[in-house]
Amino acid sequence: MAFLDVKDLKVHFPIKGGILQRTVGHVKAVDGVSLSIEEGKTYGLVGESGSGKTTTGRAIIGLNKVTSGEITFEGKDLSVSQKQSKEVRRDIQMIFQDPYSSLNPKKRVIDIVAEPIRNYEKLSKLEVKKRVQELMEQVGLSPESILKYPHEFSGGQRQRIGVARALALKPKLIIADEPVSALDVSVQAQVLNFMKDIQKDLGLTYLFISHDLGIIKHMCDDIGIMYKGRYVEEGTRDEIFNNPQHIYTKRLVAAIPDIDPKKRKAHQQFRQEVKEEYDKSYNDYFDHDGLAYKLQNISGTHKVALPQKG
Amino acid sequence: MWKFIVRRLFVTFPQILLLSIIVFLMAEMMPGDALTGLIDPNIDPAAIEAQRERLGLNDPWHIKYADWVSGLVQGDLGQSFRFKMPVSDLVGQRLLNTFWLSVATLIFTYAIALPLGIISGRWNDTWGDRLITGYTYVGFAAPLFITALVMLWVFGFQLGWFPTGGSVAPGLEPGSWDYFVSKVQHLLLPAFSMAVITTVSTVQYLRSEIIDTKQKDFIITARAKGAPESRVYNRHIFRNSLVPIAAFFGYEITGLIGGSIFVENIYGYPGMGQLFLDSVLLRDFSVVTVVVLIFGIAAILGALISDILLSIIDPRIRIK
Amino acid sequence: MSEELVKIQNLKTSFRIKDDYYAAVDDVTLSVNKNEVLAIVGESGSGKSALAFSVMGLHNRAKIEGDIYFKDQNIPKLSPAKLNQMRGDDMAMIFQDPLTALNPLMTIGDQISETLFLHNKNLSKEKRRERVIDLLNQVGIPRPEYIYDQYPHELSGGMRQRVIIAIAIANKPELLIADEPTTALDVTIQAQILDLIRELKEDMDAGVILITHDLGVVAEMADRVAVMYAGQIVEIADVHSLFENPLHPYTRSLLNSVPNADEVQDKLHVIQGIVPSLQYLPRKGCRFASRIPWIDESAHEENPEMHEVRPGHFVRCTCHSQFYFPEENKEEHSDGIS
Repeated sequence: MAFLDVKDLKVHFPIKGGILQRTVGHVKAVDGVSLSIEEGKTYGLVGESGSGKTTTGRAIIGLNKVTSGEITFEGKDLSVSQKQSKEVRRDIQMIFQDPYSSLNPKKRVIDIVAEPIRNYEKLSKLEVKKRVQELMEQVGLSPESILKYPHEFSGGQRQRIGVARALALKPKLIIADEPVSALDVSVQAQVLNFMKDIQKDLGLTYLFISHDLGIIKHMCDDIGIMYKGRYVEEGTRDEIFNNPQHIYTKRLVAAIPDIDPKKRKAHQQFRQEVKEEYDKSYNDYFDHDGLAYKLQNISGTHKVALPQKG
Repeated sequence: MWKFIVRRLFVTFPQILLLSIIVFLMAEMMPGDALTGLIDPNIDPAAIEAQRERLGLNDPWHIKYADWVSGLVQGDLGQSFRFKMPVSDLVGQRLLNTFWLSVATLIFTYAIALPLGIISGRWNDTWGDRLITGYTYVGFAAPLFITALVMLWVFGFQLGWFPTGGSVAPGLEPGSWDYFVSKVQHLLLPAFSMAVITTVSTVQYLRSEIIDTKQKDFIITARAKGAPESRVYNRHIFRNSLVPIAAFFGYEITGLIGGSIFVENIYGYPGMGQLFLDSVLLRDFSVVTVVVLIFGIAAILGALISDILLSIIDPRIRIK
Repeated sequence: MSEELVKIQNLKTSFRIKDDYYAAVDDVTLSVNKNEVLAIVGESGSGKSALAFSVMGLHNRAKIEGDIYFKDQNIPKLSPAKLNQMRGDDMAMIFQDPLTALNPLMTIGDQISETLFLHNKNLSKEKRRERVIDLLNQVGIPRPEYIYDQYPHELSGGMRQRVIIAIAIANKPELLIADEPTTALDVTIQAQILDLIRELKEDMDAGVILITHDLGVVAEMADRVAVMYAGQIVEIADVHSLFENPLHPYTRSLLNSVPNADEVQDKLHVIQGIVPSLQYLPRKGCRFASRIPWIDESAHEENPEMHEVRPGHFVRCTCHSQFYFPEENKEEHSDGIS
């Protein structure tokens, strides 16, 4: 049994329509996603906007209602009622994309970071303060700055406050939803290094959601590629980047800009070839609704969404 | 867009229904009924009770409600205890008076708000803007009834520019030109004094909306196209700033109802607001019920109109 | 030697904060040639967008000193009327955020049509519509006849960015400024939009100023690159020269801080400290000095100037010759909060 196990997760949102606003259909934001993460590893969830990667992360942590499927964390079922899973969920925390809007501007850092502690633990004021100061130190911010407001920090520092809040309850799993997309390149490096450091120090497991394949490659051990709510491919970093099988994965990998201007022409040509292949073989890889097929194992760890043989 | 309007109408009917039920139940909770006060206290209570039974006054509330509504629909608004006449006769002319007063007030409100808001928003933080913002603060602070009294005193009594009471000069033939002119003259001062106060929130709204829209990205796009400032304002900023003003319209109507109660009483203008206050003071509950119902319907219709306006201006509303 | 299109000389764009003016763009000199992509790279606060806005004359309240020569005109000195005549016609801009850069209450067709109308009042309504449909086709929007009457919120982000590009190229500008044109877009869309900009540049023989923070985009698109830090250009060179042989410590640090696509490294390079905000920029000496404190002070010039190290490759300050990366900066957590 893996550390986190998601089986056939579905999250459907109703579409209201007509004069009486009745439910006329469903947006299948997540449509049958299965994944499992080993303890201490980083699992990357990649996809473009609308692929359902964020919804998947939010469903695991309980921010989106699960339509069907199973989520087990350390063998405990998370898809049961909110109340029962509350204790389990304290072990799972989330880091959000935008360090500018995810922190309440009217609250001091101490209140932001202490919020989850106050929700779960009964500590005295002094104990809470001490705990927050420890956390600030852990994320590399000065413990004296706990009385400041978010706007007094730079983007990278704000993201660290977000991390401190996520770490407050000593979680085991952190779901990071595009944690560095809103940051400058050099600050991005800071946060990524830091996330790797605390992973080592605290034995954290990450579910890392991103659209940036460069960062995914840098951070993740295993990777799942999503398209329109379904998986198109899953495998180790090496399998995804060096041996992509699904045409959509190939296209994503080809779309990463190459940092070497000498390879520009070759890379453009390669991308053009992949695009032509994509257009030509689209029907072989997607069903008549333009959705991916079920995953098939092609090796122990590598799965690709291909039509059933025969 | 039609789909949106139809759907919006579907919401309006239950709203009015709910309103009528609430108004009816509130009326039911008032002490006394139609016979109270009509009858000589020396009559045998048993006979009164029999009369009550005969008139259906002891029926359960939903039956009484059904009777009441079917009466309303047929134009039977009940009897006034105090004026001893049908409420429909009492309301008829006054409703019309208040309607015209409201229309005039709205015209004044927007005639003041649009230029002031635009000047203030376009040239914000200039002297003109400070002057206008200053006025809006005064408008917020000054109670309507004091402003109305001051206006009445200055323009009505001291300067004598406007009549000081009623809705029309006595002795004129309805339908004649003089009658019409006199009606308008009686409207202007109350409408204006109400507008001077109610307009300030719209001025401030428009101002901040324009300042906000000025900094939107698509304004930079417009400038980058080479659009001159005048076009940037007329084509891109103003129209986009009017969206919340349209949304505000329904609220404006509700404000008018409150305002008319003060203004009509101060100016002795025979309208719904005056009738409302009079009937409350005289405990004429059947009249109060009808007036409250009419005010409520006006508020609901105001919201309806502002939603429809919004759907015309803003394409994003039409879709969902 | 290719033909020079824009020549920026000693440009200084200052913003007023409280009672003083602070230069966001400080003494920038550069030129853009015809049929050339000049990339301007920098992080937020480097002044790259302020530079672009200065060229377009879009700053309302900034104080602009220096010269921007384009088509025999000096942009900062132009009258508003003359500026409006050039904007959208001779020079045009593509914006970063396709979700906010279009007027939500106007149809797509009307928004593109407006640019045509502003610069050619004689064009009939029908002719304008035809031209808009052409443009929509040109930027790869399917069913242009239908899209013409759509509103922005009915289009996806990638489609909206194409509309913004259609607006920009409507009058075949000679200078196209693209301010982070793909930052808000998905990777596969990014590749398409970049291809589109490149094609259009070839077609129109236009000069392109590409503002970006993404070094991958630079490597793919640029002919020449200018690196900006704290309002100044610190290095400018031909793209190959810059990527093969980066000189300025900032350029080198920046290149080291992006994850490498070919090999997976354990740690990324982190630049110490933070970019000082506009008010607190050091106005004297090497502006990058405080972020490479292990380099001896004597390595910096007192008044750092641009030096031509190789033909066409300029670098500011002399500190690059003594720059090295510290062994392993274990201090990367301390980004100095006071």
